[in-house]
Amino acid sequence: MLRLQNINTYYGDIHVLKNVSLHVAEGEIVALIGANGAGKTTILNTICGITPAASGSILYGGDDITQLPPDRIVHKGIAQVPEGRQIFPPLTVIDHLQLGAYIRYRTDGKDAIAQDIERMLILFPRLRERQHQYAGTLSGGEQQMLAIARALMSRPRVLLLDEPSMGLAPLVVQDIFTTIARLRDEQRTTVLLVEQNAKAALNCADRGYVVETGKIMLEGTAQELRENHEVQRAYLGRQKRPIWE
Amino acid sequence: MAIWEKKYECCPREELEQLQLERLQSSLNRAYKNVSFYRKMFDRLTIVPEDISTQADFSKLPFTTKKDLHENYPYGLFAVPLREVVRIHTTTETSLTPTVVGFTRNDLHNWANLVARFLTASGITDDDVIQISCHYGLYTGAFGLHHGAERIGASVIPASSGNTEKQIRIMQDYRTTVIATTPSYALILAEQIERLGFDPKQLLLKKGILGGEIWSETTRQYIEERLFIEVFDNYGVSELMGPGIAGECEARCGMHIGEDHFLPEIIDPSTGTVLPQGATGELVLSTLTREAFPLIRYRTGDITRLEYAPCSCGRTTVRMQRIEGRTDDIIIIKGISVLPSAIEHTLADIEGCQPHYQIIVQRINNRDVLEVHVAVSEHIFFDEIKRQEFFRDKVRETLSRRLGLRVDVKLMEQKTLTEQVRSQGRVVDRRLL
Repeated sequence: MLRLQNINTYYGDIHVLKNVSLHVAEGEIVALIGANGAGKTTILNTICGITPAASGSILYGGDDITQLPPDRIVHKGIAQVPEGRQIFPPLTVIDHLQLGAYIRYRTDGKDAIAQDIERMLILFPRLRERQHQYAGTLSGGEQQMLAIARALMSRPRVLLLDEPSMGLAPLVVQDIFTTIARLRDEQRTTVLLVEQNAKAALNCADRGYVVETGKIMLEGTAQELRENHEVQRAYLGRQKRPIWE
Repeated sequence: MAIWEKKYECCPREELEQLQLERLQSSLNRAYKNVSFYRKMFDRLTIVPEDISTQADFSKLPFTTKKDLHENYPYGLFAVPLREVVRIHTTTETSLTPTVVGFTRNDLHNWANLVARFLTASGITDDDVIQISCHYGLYTGAFGLHHGAERIGASVIPASSGNTEKQIRIMQDYRTTVIATTPSYALILAEQIERLGFDPKQLLLKKGILGGEIWSETTRQYIEERLFIEVFDNYGVSELMGPGIAGECEARCGMHIGEDHFLPEIIDPSTGTVLPQGATGELVLSTLTREAFPLIRYRTGDITRLEYAPCSCGRTTVRMQRIEGRTDDIIIIKGISVLPSAIEHTLADIEGCQPHYQIIVQRINNRDVLEVHVAVSEHIFFDEIKRQEFFRDKVRETLSRRLGLRVDVKLMEQKTLTEQVRSQGRVVDRRLL
């Protein structure tokens, strides 16, 4: 469904992504795990065209989307839930959902959007309770739910999730990941997930990639990555001895 | 017939190539980071792993050879600390230093799956009783087959090798349905069964999973006719993993390579250039998923051909043809290269010869002499001298004509020859002594 081949991205002179190749199949949850500054978010930003790739290709369902601007990429069906939620505190929950459907007003019309808002309120019952509240008054977990719902309003086929667990209590984190798994199971949404909380991410994902200094160091099923000692040592907080002794 | 991992074995080529690219790049990154031998290799070329984007870039990398493995004996090429290694094997060679091969838990898991793939492809299920008559020890053969057979849920009998009469007894009493061993041991079993005057049809044996040697289609037929079984070929390299790299499906037209774990190339053994699709040459393999012991462009020394045309079984992975010979087994006599397998193929065409032979190369009065010891059926061996001589001359003439050089032939009894091959090896080159 989504396929990156030999992607190189620069911030000015700094070579951030070094020949990154990865793929996400339809209906799959794929996790990118790695330390701070490894380039995980840059991979997501490169896919949605925010930091365009200098070389390489991004194929989406057979189309080359490497050089498209972000808005065209959203039209194609890729939506990003940015790191830190990025919600608008003075707008209400419903406002946010309508904003998410911004690209669909001309094509789908108001009724379809109203139906989708209803769908989101069923999917996230907490948002129904808070639907007329200002988003700034929501809890962190609710804000994250809102950010996901907002992205889903554009009816994406691929959802890019950036650090959905950031700054949330462990119980809430569990909630978020259950929701992501439900999206895949019930709506066949394809998810590419960036996460520092490797344990939670690998418990929910089907496959994963380990990113280190802009390079992919390991590819495998979530099970294989959980079994890998290097991953356990570096990202799962087990095996605290230094690697070479 | 069933397919063990349809997702990978029947993956569309385009998706498979994407997966290979990703795994190759991450393997190169890991090798560069963790193995000083590979780091030095990249440094010498003044490149970094991320410079490898295409097949063309990849084929510029130097090969890893047996010599490199010897120089880094024992643990120099490991990409993980020993603490993460859960199994250590050595390669199947008697000369020089052996190569030590390590496996992590994930490596063992993948190994079992790869063996399970070709066992399933030959129609083996959890209903089967599989007798593994390979040596259990430092070598990879028996353990690979063992784990794969357990993975599919078959009943595994770790019979190990040797004690042929006991093996036959196990086969009979334990109701073995599948025998996994080498072609030469299958021949010994067949002969022993014949000698004991035992009817192989009374056994429940249905299939044979044979590999680990260079053998021919004629040997396969010979074994099938004597044991009344269906025989499947499989391919392994103990430096890379052991059995499981490739195996035949029910179509029996080449062995499907586990391409999501190994990247195959065919090169010209003398120049090292990559040959176009369909050409015959030396097989070069790179590991894509190995954690403990990654090898980049390892020269297997096996000569074969890759067939990319779709297979009737539905698998999309490339099929390697039967190994035609070894690059390092080539015997050069008076400037002529002789492949032992060429001798085997020629013998198979002669009526009365059995697919058992030994090649002796000697230097007598500064002249290289090639002598072939051939096993013949008993009725020829015990016949009158005249007929025996006539037969020997026929074999000598045919061999000399096919190989293009003078060949001496000595007829031997099956049993003596088997002993001799076991103690000295198939090819004996006395010129070095």
